Amino acid sequence: MIEHSLQALAQALASREISSVELTQLYLDRIARYNSQLNAYITIDADGSLAQARAADARLARGEGGPLTGIPIAHKDIFCAQGWLTTCGSKMLSNFVSPYDAAVITRFKTAAAVMLGKTNMDEFAMGSSNETSFYGPVCNPWDASCVPGGSSGGSAAAVAARLAPAATGTDTGGSIRQPAALCNLSGMKPTYGVISRYGMIAFASSLDQAGPLARSAADCAILLNAMAGFDERDSTSLDRPAEDYGRELAATTGGKPLAGLKIGLPAEFFGEGCSPVVMQLVETALGEYRKLGAETIAVSLPNMQLSVAAYYVIAPAEASSNLARFDGVRYGYRAPAYHDLTDMYCKSRAQGFGAEVKRRILIGTYVLSHGYYDAYYLQAQRIRRLIANDFARAFSQCDVIIGPTSPSTAFKLGEKAADPVQMYLSDIYTIAVNLAGLPAISIPCGFAAGLPAGLQLIGDYFSEARLLNVAHRYQQENAWHLQGPGGFT
Amino acid sequence: MKAWEVVIGIETHAQLATRSKIFSGSSTAFGAAANIHANAVDIALPGVLPVLNRSAVECAIRFGLAVGASIAARSVFARKNYFYPDLPKGYQISQYELPVVVGGSLLIQVGDSEKVVALTRAHLEEDAGKSLHEGLGQHFHGRSGIDLNRAGTPLLEIVTEPDLRSAAEAVAYARALHALVRWIGICDGNMQEGSFRCDANVSVRPVGQPHFGTRREIKNLNSFRFMQQAIDYEVQWQIATLEDGGCIEQATVLFDPDSGETRAMRSKEDAHDYRYFPDPDLPPLTIDRQWVDKIRSQLPELPAAQRDRLIADYGLSAYDAKVITGSLELAAYYETAVAVAGRSNAKACANWVMGDLAARLNKENREIAESPVSAHQIGGLVARIGDGTISTNIARKVFDALWSGAGSEADEIIAREGLQQISDSGSLDTMLDELLAANAAMVAEYRAGKEKAFNALVGQAMKATRGKANPQRVSDLLRKKLD
Amino acid sequence: MSLTLEQVLRVAHLARIEVNEVEAHATLGRLNEIFTLIEEMQAIDTKGVEPMAQAQDVAQRLRADRVTESDQLAQRSAFQAIAPETEAGLYLVPKVLE
Repeated sequence: MIEHSLQALAQALASREISSVELTQLYLDRIARYNSQLNAYITIDADGSLAQARAADARLARGEGGPLTGIPIAHKDIFCAQGWLTTCGSKMLSNFVSPYDAAVITRFKTAAAVMLGKTNMDEFAMGSSNETSFYGPVCNPWDASCVPGGSSGGSAAAVAARLAPAATGTDTGGSIRQPAALCNLSGMKPTYGVISRYGMIAFASSLDQAGPLARSAADCAILLNAMAGFDERDSTSLDRPAEDYGRELAATTGGKPLAGLKIGLPAEFFGEGCSPVVMQLVETALGEYRKLGAETIAVSLPNMQLSVAAYYVIAPAEASSNLARFDGVRYGYRAPAYHDLTDMYCKSRAQGFGAEVKRRILIGTYVLSHGYYDAYYLQAQRIRRLIANDFARAFSQCDVIIGPTSPSTAFKLGEKAADPVQMYLSDIYTIAVNLAGLPAISIPCGFAAGLPAGLQLIGDYFSEARLLNVAHRYQQENAWHLQGPGGFT
Repeated sequence: MKAWEVVIGIETHAQLATRSKIFSGSSTAFGAAANIHANAVDIALPGVLPVLNRSAVECAIRFGLAVGASIAARSVFARKNYFYPDLPKGYQISQYELPVVVGGSLLIQVGDSEKVVALTRAHLEEDAGKSLHEGLGQHFHGRSGIDLNRAGTPLLEIVTEPDLRSAAEAVAYARALHALVRWIGICDGNMQEGSFRCDANVSVRPVGQPHFGTRREIKNLNSFRFMQQAIDYEVQWQIATLEDGGCIEQATVLFDPDSGETRAMRSKEDAHDYRYFPDPDLPPLTIDRQWVDKIRSQLPELPAAQRDRLIADYGLSAYDAKVITGSLELAAYYETAVAVAGRSNAKACANWVMGDLAARLNKENREIAESPVSAHQIGGLVARIGDGTISTNIARKVFDALWSGAGSEADEIIAREGLQQISDSGSLDTMLDELLAANAAMVAEYRAGKEKAFNALVGQAMKATRGKANPQRVSDLLRKKLD
Repeated sequence: MSLTLEQVLRVAHLARIEVNEVEAHATLGRLNEIFTLIEEMQAIDTKGVEPMAQAQDVAQRLRADRVTESDQLAQRSAFQAIAPETEAGLYLVPKVLE
């Protein structure tokens, strides 16, 4: 059962082969057994989950089940969920039981999916290794001495270790795709504006986008169908007709399934900086794509190397403002002792935030402050435009851009924790996509020394269905994504 | 001693008359229990997002059109970052580089002269909540209580150029602006409730000095009287400081009505680095021509236009027309009265509205909207004076009856009390013949050249008819009989 | 360019984050490394490039002016149940000076 696809699970539930309560209990038992090894979950509420499962079973009994009815889903602890502790990985929200549901949570409730628990994450989604969490680091199920990636590290580890059939994540600079790559999962960041940000605790508002983390592109399509859609409570939510993101997956194609597909290979993705083993796996995958009928052409993203610099101005700037609401007045952590109002602010925030969050708040405050705004913030926004223009030019020549997701496989816990710049550079291939607001997916493309590597597929705006299909066709011919880590049977 | 020139610019925060807040669906109603009108967005729960209220934008457009400003086709909301407990997000959503209304001007009247005050801009923003320092009967143990009911109420911040040269001009501007925002229905103008508050940037410089002096900003002036007092004090303080060889430091000050003095605020010492940047949660606001044209077509006639029309069409004096167009309520009252009384009585209506009615309202401390005598009733009364049915003196009695609620219409009171003027010559003739016969001595005096005696005879005639005789007719008939 | 200790302390105060001297020194080193990375973009000529503040080039959507809240008393109770300190429906903070 734990290797079932979401579609297979839905069939098992619909045919009453298994009930949602049984399925949920199965996962709760696995979490009870294995979570202590991984630290993938921050909060489990078995009673709450089982109550939802019972309601889902009632719905299934009435024959009213949908594709996710009764299926347990783990949610990154960045999504506010009514009655659930919602920490965002921070001490600041260690006592925050959300009084409302995020749009994404509401959508899963509407689909009658079961909320299995809240997963660990880098504090306020700031990190690429899940080591900045106040609740401790998450271990990579493929090698417990390695990081799972971040910031959606808990979601990735949970799905990889089969402690959840699928999970949600958020991606500001690669936070879905990089953990997907490091944990042998399929993880998608949709076009900015496709999934409502309402109730998703903001890190960098103009970059944040929710998305699915699952074991296949087909599963991602099912999750995306549930998560996507216009929300009038989010001014950046895009009012577009609903679509079935899995619509291209079922089509049978005579001959080569990807015949005519033009894959762009940016020189900037294939230069130095990427570990040779990962590059070898990417090259092999490209060979597979050619066999599927795709054509590869060279494209260029000349400003991509500036994306890390621009990102580390824009994201901290927005974060410094977004995190100002955590002041110990209306909710969240308040320092136990202080001598006046300003001191209460300064101590509550100094004690409630971890080192990386504070670092980014300080960077953001600095780049927005008087006299530096033009040189940093405005310049970063102009470079952001140049990067978006690079992609626009590339997509006039190709349908999909492919390259590595992460320059390396999972690194050791603690290896980069002391060196922020090295940590930041591990997002070199993913950040530009967020700056441009484009959709992208990371899928497994093989192993190096027992650790998985990810292949990143980037599409033009609103090309999610095509991206999922391009990923799916690869997964029909290659079984990398079906492999799971040992030790969690 | 040097001569000093005073330079003042005014920033006004007008709360816009919307039902819901600028970025949330909470009510803007005033006076609710603490934090009742503070929803998830207003208290800035993690994850919540703002969505802009269409009516707030419409109010801004109305204002822009009313002052002849340009309406920006594209404007941008920015975050103004600072920490304060009544600011739940740690930033205020405002507009910075690209405001929705640019330029425009307002005509003000100071004494007998007029002056055009140039406006820099007007932008949309959200109000903050309130910090309560003394509990409402509670003891907060040296703490402040935060009420976020007002947080997120839409504001239009209207900024002038430093065009004003005296406290009197500043007050005249504030009054004209106050009248205008109420006139076009975008703000209730309730200064006690904080719906209309002004900040005055005040500096002084020696006459002839080309550059401005250092300014101090007087915050939150919520009455015209306080504005006058605060600016007067501030100007005198600045001049005294400079003449003593001191210098002015830029500061934000508060006016204390009890002492009549201004004093620098102690908080917000680093408030000058607000780190404005475009709010990533709110795409640019775009306003197309059609929308602006539609709002323009719905604007009421503006005070200046109505004033010109009252002078041209109704023959009112410039002064009368200005007073009547001083507020939308007064102007509407007047127009209704004229509609009932007829245009030929427009001048008389103005006299009544600005004379007897205004005096009575003033005496009882009432606003025109609270007048016991309706515009319709005044119009009916003036009509009867105009057609000679009653004299002005009798009309005052009818007005008193209307005021006290002794009747619903002037005609009804006139009929019931039998107050119609006696104008027909037949009945007056007989009455006067009797009168002359009974007052032979007076007739003799008149004939001897004493004009006074004539007036006494008219008085007798009026007395005999209990004031109902048409005085002009009486006078005419008497002359005829005596001469 | 590199930051000074004074700048770090000023920025920390603007951000209302208490830092002691030792932390400030450590932070200064880290921030300077990061700013070296950021400096890369200073060499780029971006004259005439329109700054990109948002991922999508869309216009502001407007909501109808409608009150959406009901049962605000229950809502206030729910909100204040998770607040550090309240009294009489107010959030309490150390005395605010004006």
